[in-house]
Amino acid sequence: MTNWLRLSSPQTFYPLAGQMAPWFAGLAAVLAAAGLHIAFFVAPTDAQQGESYRIIFVHVPVSWMSMFLYVVMAGWAAIGLAFNTRLSHMMAAALAPTGAMFAFLSLWTGALWGKPTWGTYWVWDARLTSELVLLFLYLGFLALHAAIDDPRRADKACAVLALVGVVNVPIIYFSVQWWNTLHQGASVSVTRAPSMAAAMFAGMLVMVFAFWMYSIAVALVRLRAIILERERHAGWVHELRGAPA
Amino acid sequence: MSWGGAAEFFAMGGYAPYVWGSYAVVALCIVVEVLGLRARRRAALARLRALAGSQGRPAGEATA
Repeated sequence: MTNWLRLSSPQTFYPLAGQMAPWFAGLAAVLAAAGLHIAFFVAPTDAQQGESYRIIFVHVPVSWMSMFLYVVMAGWAAIGLAFNTRLSHMMAAALAPTGAMFAFLSLWTGALWGKPTWGTYWVWDARLTSELVLLFLYLGFLALHAAIDDPRRADKACAVLALVGVVNVPIIYFSVQWWNTLHQGASVSVTRAPSMAAAMFAGMLVMVFAFWMYSIAVALVRLRAIILERERHAGWVHELRGAPA
Repeated sequence: MSWGGAAEFFAMGGYAPYVWGSYAVVALCIVVEVLGLRARRRAALARLRALAGSQGRPAGEATA
């Protein structure tokens, strides 16, 4: 039987993360190439929105990832609080910057899609506002971590923040049902067929997987940097100092 | 989807600033994140070497 607890030690996970990261990065590149091909050369022009709808192939993936990464981050934070495992907190910290980036990109691409379709870059709509709150939660997590000198205390404070903030994710998700919003309802649902052309749906899904694999790759690379920074007094880390950058 | 040439492709039916403005910023963020991560790893390794130097550990010596 594999001893899973052994994997929770930074020393064991560091080389494993280094071996896994290039595979996820390669997968992300292949999926992105395929997704972009479908997005621009297979998917037809939208009857109502013309070519402006092609923003969907980045807007939906970055928006989903911004919410998904927050849930994963809060999950690692919860495990870290429950079992007092350093690596779990490091995982949470490794996801936060990428999550913040996706939340920003969700708002950015949404604004550029909103202008031609709604006539405005921004509106204080429930979906848009709750996504902005998500960006602030990520930034709050990063700022709080930077503000507390003792890393173990910073971990715990940030874990609490991440867990409290997770309440915002279902608010974002259901905002288009709970309130009468300008933002359209879900085009994709697990309970019914997607309300869009098959090629559009396929392109979007491939791009979602591309961003998912990318997120795993960068989180693993960032986790390794965090381990190097935080475990710098450990003997095994010092053996790595000649490692290729 | 077939485009009537490169110009038509880049024009995106008149929505070029919106479509390319979205894709360009996504690409830029990815480039900045990847370069930033590389710099962070290099800085961490450099700090380890500096730390080893101040403690009189010659490079390459096993310390575990």
